[in-house]
Amino acid sequence: MALLEVQNLHKTFGKTEVLKGIDFTIDEGSVVSVIGSSGSGKTTLLRCITGLETADCGKISVGDRVTFDSTDKRKLTKAEKRENQLCTGLVFQSFNLFPQYTVLRNVTLAKELLVKEECKQQKCPRTEIKARISEIEETAKQIIDSVGLSDKLENYPCELSGGQQQRVAIARALMLSPKVLCFDEPTSALDPEITGEVLAVIRKLANEGRTMLIVTHEMGFAHEVSNEVVFMSDGVIAERGTPDEVFDHPKNARLQEFLSATLRA
Amino acid sequence: METFISVSTELLKGFGENLKLFSLTLLLALPIGLLITFCSMSKFKPLKWLSKTFVWIIRGTPLMLQLFVVLYVPGLLFNYPIKIRFTAALIAFVINYSCYFSEIYRGGIESISRGQYEAGQVLGMTKTQVFFRVVLLQVVKRIVPPMSNEIITLVKDTSLARVIAVAEIIMMADRFSARGIIWPLFYTGAFFLLFNGLLTVVFGRIEKKLDYFRG
Repeated sequence: MALLEVQNLHKTFGKTEVLKGIDFTIDEGSVVSVIGSSGSGKTTLLRCITGLETADCGKISVGDRVTFDSTDKRKLTKAEKRENQLCTGLVFQSFNLFPQYTVLRNVTLAKELLVKEECKQQKCPRTEIKARISEIEETAKQIIDSVGLSDKLENYPCELSGGQQQRVAIARALMLSPKVLCFDEPTSALDPEITGEVLAVIRKLANEGRTMLIVTHEMGFAHEVSNEVVFMSDGVIAERGTPDEVFDHPKNARLQEFLSATLRA
Repeated sequence: METFISVSTELLKGFGENLKLFSLTLLLALPIGLLITFCSMSKFKPLKWLSKTFVWIIRGTPLMLQLFVVLYVPGLLFNYPIKIRFTAALIAFVINYSCYFSEIYRGGIESISRGQYEAGQVLGMTKTQVFFRVVLLQVVKRIVPPMSNEIITLVKDTSLARVIAVAEIIMMADRFSARGIIWPLFYTGAFFLLFNGLLTVVFGRIEKKLDYFRG
């Protein structure tokens, strides 16, 4: 069953049409990689899905929730916006950890603010708030442990390597249990020798059955981890299929060109 | 004959006025500056335009002139003269320094990468939460050096209040020189030096305290 559904998505920046009608779905528990040369619209697509950009036209839904619909002119309430936002998670190319907070705090902060707000609305007693916050901390520690950083809980981002920072960023996104976890070139800012540790974490998440959308330049990794690969070119999906189909028997001429150029490099 | 001690007490009285003006200006201009920053960065164009023009006028004219304007203009225009000269000085200083602070704040806020805001947004944080929980401390860290510069300038600028006859330290010293005793005038420098030395140490401490993170 499709968990993420994108219909006829269009996005224009100034006079450049970056997305020219994107349609695709991701089934629950499957991993979809998006490849393509820079400027093909991959990142814009991801930013539209995660709500960082507003598409001009189209519809996006996650599960039974419509997170974006250009025909619906109704103004969303803050709560609705947030609910939409939390359907998806995003891991950035440049990590974007909060530098002034420890690893643990980076992971707990957003969830804690959320729970505190909830408690305020329901007028929970103090003891309950405390209990829920320590619960959050426990969950956070487990998640941080699962990305292999349990010995770095009290470290600050500037004390970590790029690979470690990116793993914290993944943990931070996981903390809010998004239905679809998106990655925007998660290893592009890393030295080649440490991309492996980040890819290992993503691979593990794939094996756990998480629904993920990964924009990447790591062809080998995309081949190995994805259930499906989408090739974008010039604002449209030029080809999609299983990794074997896309990488070993590409039909689209642009894709053939792209693959031979990247594999040669 | 004036003794060193009696001169010191007189000057200290004057410097008390400087310090009062300094601390009240700081107390008021720090938050008002932030308010002006928000106006200057507002998406509502008229407000932004108004605020930018205001900052341009205040930064583009001498503080000494502004002191006269605050002292005289209310009386000339509305027949409501400001009777207490210290209040007039305080108003002029607060307006002037709020504008300078607002520009420092703006620089600091705009220097924070968009990624920080976006990271907050995708984590479901509200704009207010992102500002106060994520951005603010990073801004503070970045603006400590330019702010300390400006605040040290403020200490020295307080002596400008003498042009509207606020009895600050240099005016006190000038009373001695009118009687032919010049050295108290030079002696005033020691007061400024000492106090600014103290401030330098404090700002150094703050910088060090924020040294634990990079960003």
